[in-house]
Amino acid sequence: MLGYVFKRILLMIPTMIGISIISFVIIQLPPGDYLTSLLASMADSGQTVDATEIARMRANYGLDDPMVVQYWKWISGIILRGDFGYSFEWGRPVSELIWDRMGATLSISVAALLFVWAVSLPIGIYSAVKRHSIGDHIATLFGFLGLAIPNFILALTLMYVSYKYFDQSVGGLYSPEYVGADWSWGRVWDLLKHLWIPVIVIGTSGTAALIRILRANLTDELSKPYVVTARAKGLSEYEVIMRYPVRIALNPFVSAIGWVLPQLISGVTITAIVLNLPTAGPLLLRALISQDMYLAGSFILLMGVLTLIGMLVSDLLLALLDPRIRFT
Amino acid sequence: MNTQDTPLPLLSVRNLSIDFHLRSHVLHAVRDVSFDLHPGRTLCLVGESGSGKSVTARALLRLIDPQARVSGGTITLNSAEGPLHLDRMAANSREIRAVRGGRIGLIFQEPMSSLSPVRTIGAQIVEALLLHRKMTKAEAKAETVNLLKQVEIAQPEKMADRYTFEFSGGMRQRAMIAMALACDPDILIADEPTTALDVTTQAEIMDLIGRLQASRGMAMLMITHDLGLVAEVADDVAVMRWGKIIEQGPVDAIFHAAQHPYTKRLLAATLQLDSAPKRVPPATDSKPLLSVHGLSKYFGGHDWRGRPTYSIKAVDDVSLDLWPGENLGIVGESGSGKTTVGRMLLRIMEPTSGRILWRGAPTEQDVLQMRPPELGQFRSAVRLVFQDPFASLNPRMTVKQVIADPLVVSGALTGAALEERVGTLLEMVGLDRSAMERYPHAFSGGQRQRISIARALALDPRIIIADEATSALDVSIRAQVMDLLLDLQKRLDLSFIFIAHDISVVRYFCDRVAVMHQGRIVETGAAEQICTAPEHPYTQSLISAVPNPDPRDRRMLHRTKFIA
Amino acid sequence: MSDTHPTPTFMILPSDGEETGPAVSPLRPGQNPDAIAISGQWTLIRRRFFSNKVAVFAGIVVLLFYAIGLFAEFLAPTSPTLAQPTFTYAPPQDISLFVTGEDGTRHWEPHVKGYAMTVDPASLRRSFAIDDANVIPIGLFVEGVPYKLWGLFEMNTHLLGPLDPTQPMNLLGTDSLGRDLLSRLIFGTRISMSIGLIGVISSLIIGVTLGALSGYFGGWTDIAIQRLIEVISAMPTIPLWLGLAAAVPIAWSPLQVYFMVTLIVSLLAWTGLAREVRGRFLALRSEDFVTAAILDGSGQMRVIFRHILPSLTSHILAVVTLAIPTMIVAETALSFLGIGLKSPVISWGVLLQDAQNIRTIATAPWLLIWPSGAVVLTVLAFNFLGDGMRDAADPYAT
Repeated sequence: MLGYVFKRILLMIPTMIGISIISFVIIQLPPGDYLTSLLASMADSGQTVDATEIARMRANYGLDDPMVVQYWKWISGIILRGDFGYSFEWGRPVSELIWDRMGATLSISVAALLFVWAVSLPIGIYSAVKRHSIGDHIATLFGFLGLAIPNFILALTLMYVSYKYFDQSVGGLYSPEYVGADWSWGRVWDLLKHLWIPVIVIGTSGTAALIRILRANLTDELSKPYVVTARAKGLSEYEVIMRYPVRIALNPFVSAIGWVLPQLISGVTITAIVLNLPTAGPLLLRALISQDMYLAGSFILLMGVLTLIGMLVSDLLLALLDPRIRFT
Repeated sequence: MNTQDTPLPLLSVRNLSIDFHLRSHVLHAVRDVSFDLHPGRTLCLVGESGSGKSVTARALLRLIDPQARVSGGTITLNSAEGPLHLDRMAANSREIRAVRGGRIGLIFQEPMSSLSPVRTIGAQIVEALLLHRKMTKAEAKAETVNLLKQVEIAQPEKMADRYTFEFSGGMRQRAMIAMALACDPDILIADEPTTALDVTTQAEIMDLIGRLQASRGMAMLMITHDLGLVAEVADDVAVMRWGKIIEQGPVDAIFHAAQHPYTKRLLAATLQLDSAPKRVPPATDSKPLLSVHGLSKYFGGHDWRGRPTYSIKAVDDVSLDLWPGENLGIVGESGSGKTTVGRMLLRIMEPTSGRILWRGAPTEQDVLQMRPPELGQFRSAVRLVFQDPFASLNPRMTVKQVIADPLVVSGALTGAALEERVGTLLEMVGLDRSAMERYPHAFSGGQRQRISIARALALDPRIIIADEATSALDVSIRAQVMDLLLDLQKRLDLSFIFIAHDISVVRYFCDRVAVMHQGRIVETGAAEQICTAPEHPYTQSLISAVPNPDPRDRRMLHRTKFIA
Repeated sequence: MSDTHPTPTFMILPSDGEETGPAVSPLRPGQNPDAIAISGQWTLIRRRFFSNKVAVFAGIVVLLFYAIGLFAEFLAPTSPTLAQPTFTYAPPQDISLFVTGEDGTRHWEPHVKGYAMTVDPASLRRSFAIDDANVIPIGLFVEGVPYKLWGLFEMNTHLLGPLDPTQPMNLLGTDSLGRDLLSRLIFGTRISMSIGLIGVISSLIIGVTLGALSGYFGGWTDIAIQRLIEVISAMPTIPLWLGLAAAVPIAWSPLQVYFMVTLIVSLLAWTGLAREVRGRFLALRSEDFVTAAILDGSGQMRVIFRHILPSLTSHILAVVTLAIPTMIVAETALSFLGIGLKSPVISWGVLLQDAQNIRTIATAPWLLIWPSGAVVLTVLAFNFLGDGMRDAADPYAT
């Protein structure tokens, strides 16, 4: 098992490097470099900078170095000193801006993941066991709808519905009176009151996908000979299903972390923009539009790393759950 | 073994009928089936695929698919407490669950897929014990170890905590038996319990089941397609065909005084294989057509620096000769490397070392040195017939396209001549010319194998390698296909390399036989000599483990054992 | 073993005589089995697909949407860019078929009702109400705003419109500039649906090219490409799309932006396609019938094109169909966020940009309902269609 963990972590490294390269490419993509945009914005505000000063800054930031050197400076700064670069729009180091936001992104994603699991497990099992029942058809229909409605449209719709029929504003994570307040039960309750909409919005498509996967897997497993063996032992139908096929059909559930998590993080990004949640999403969009590239790149890098960690966790859990993986 | 029939049978099935409600039609899978099971006696339900024998067995425990329905009949289990009417119990009621595992145990064909892969063997047995016997967890664990010991699994304490994939096929089936017997059932149902196993393992398992049955006085219902096995173990036999029991009676009567024409045909097909070959072996004074010297194939892993970490000798130093007009058999159990040899002969797989000399061309050539054009010529002279008649024909091509493909590639024939050739080939393998416009899905397994043979013949080959070409077929079809091959050989001057696990097939078909074991050839000799007077201890154990289709001469259980 | 055999106590069961196969009772009069025997894969696939009514219906919906995109100029009642400053945020009008005259008789005259405008004196906001007295007759094939169909044919006939082109007819309401939403939606269909199609085609080209490279060169190329696929599928898509889309220069022409956005969308979507196709390809390569083809003397190209690809095409078609809605949603999302397509290009995403804040949605809910309805309906239709195609793709599966 330890060997497996080690191997799995080792395998992550090239992917990690790949993600960092992609993030760096995105930083470099916009025409010109950030100094150009800085100068432009300074010129807008009426400041002038003389040529020697520009040259000094160029050298300082290593902007004339080859790409590889620039990449190395950037990535080694992150790894060795936790230095993600400088946000020109905010005039502060990126590292001061990102952690709160990434924390919120992570929490909402995890909450959504729990929601996805809690909802899709019972429905998926029900659907597979009672195939072609009315409940199954309803679940299937819900599945198709859930997959078809894009996150942001669902967010807009829920926003409209709750505004129109419940007269409740749904943006943000807190009501205005709690935004800067200290933690209290009231604040937690307020948070939960706001959290359910983003969680449903983000979780719906994942839930729908997982129900479909669980239903398909469990249907396959239900026809396996070992299920007949379990029945032939005299176990009750409930015991047969829960101890045998469900136990194996759970695998996709665990491995779902690997592919649902990127989806959820994607979902949080766009939903947060619509619902104005204090996560990485809105800040990332703003940074991208204003070409505050170090900030944007750091977000993209961290989101990629987050999904990688999710995949690692899912692989390790899977190995715990399934001896066939653990032993090979 | 002659127990007097008790007046009241343990289990009695009367007029059982089961229908499958499929999309386009109702399949009457079981029709009006009646039989009895008596303590200490074995009833064999024998039939070819699709005869309804498995469904019948499962219906006894009410374990049939949802789309199947029992449309009539009674199943009565007689016990000390009076008769239990299994057919009247609700599908998953408490009553029927008490019978399952408690009164009737069940063993299946595929021990790998019949046990859960994610729970330990021990846990799966403990579960059955807790369910039917009043035991604490600790007692159940101790009993599990005891059971594993009874089924002769070495180190039972350790093995109880292992998973199925850590067991060999035979061990899995032993564990399965331990589970079925956990609660001292009165009746054991064994559904093709050894079909997935090698013949020596089969003999061991049947031996074990027989001893356990005798010591516990159980009744047994065994489902099988293998008449040889029936002759070895049955007391009574019921022959099923297309859902009906067409004949039943004591084993000796069935084997020596069969009444129904189908039973007779089935027996004939089985016995035919066992009869001495009428073939005259070809002269072996000339040079062999194909010679294999020191052929080896090692599979190995290596670490990231390229250093070898392990190596498996799948084929180890194999040498063979094949003379013109000869039928050479390569026989061995699973994992013996026989299929790998066949594949290497055609270079579907590259050998690690060795030489294959081909004398079918004007000059002698080493197949392993051949470049594409020569290799193509070699492959058109040496053809392969695959085991699985369903996977080896492209379902998207018509029979004409399939058979004509080698001719089209070589550019030998086109247009009307091509069509004429395909027609001739089809007739040669006993199919109608009109078959050529059809797609493979319109044909049965035996017919598809004939199409495969026609494809192999298209290029006028010298040698045909038949890799388990008949093992996927029912016994009556199997004999037909082999007779076809023998007939073609007479007409077309062919040589065969016949790869098989089934000794009786090889004995019927081949002049000489090479016996493979763990990648090596342990013995080569005339087919008759190998089958009647084997010299190598492994061959001896193999031959003696083969069931003999005569209940008056049961020899499988008196086999010689080979310890490698 | 005893020598004395028990006397045979035979129960010879009634012989089944000439029975030649398992007993079946057909549920409905059977088809001619010979017809199935000689039908090739496409016939079987078609038969299976057409027996799935939901998929067939979804297919019709998809075709309908493409038809709408194709004939947008003709189908749209007016020009999508024509602003009506006097009718901003005007609500949808209903079509009525009969007019009740002053004498109480009803006569056939399809029409919509005009607007009555009130101005809130405090906020100076205009609001519209349907004015029952103001009847605007409408008709089929009416003359209206002139256009060039596909940039080729000068025409001014519209499928549906007011008989008097100066009168307003806004069946789905108008936006902040008073532009007719129905016309904009119809033109948006053209862009959104075509992005899905072009995006999938470029995805397929990227996927097949890289897949072929990876298969042809093998070794390190294969490893590198597989790693790349892994990296890209590990990234959360939306942030990455955002990053790429934000780099599109603002100065680019709408057409350039259109192609760039399509490219960006397909840049991430090809991995799924490539993975699926690669997996099936590898599985097929080890099939017996492919080995048989190699032994029959077929060269590599012949094996691929004659034996493997025909088995793959139906699967590829299904996978591609299922990928199209992802593309459409991606474009919609990017445009919605303001970094995809931008005005004056019209796509469903661009339309939804108008529905970004709750205030607008509250005033003019139709700006949210209709474009999102179009997106959801399209995605649903594609999913049902693709599912049906996938189920039918392998007619030989048991």
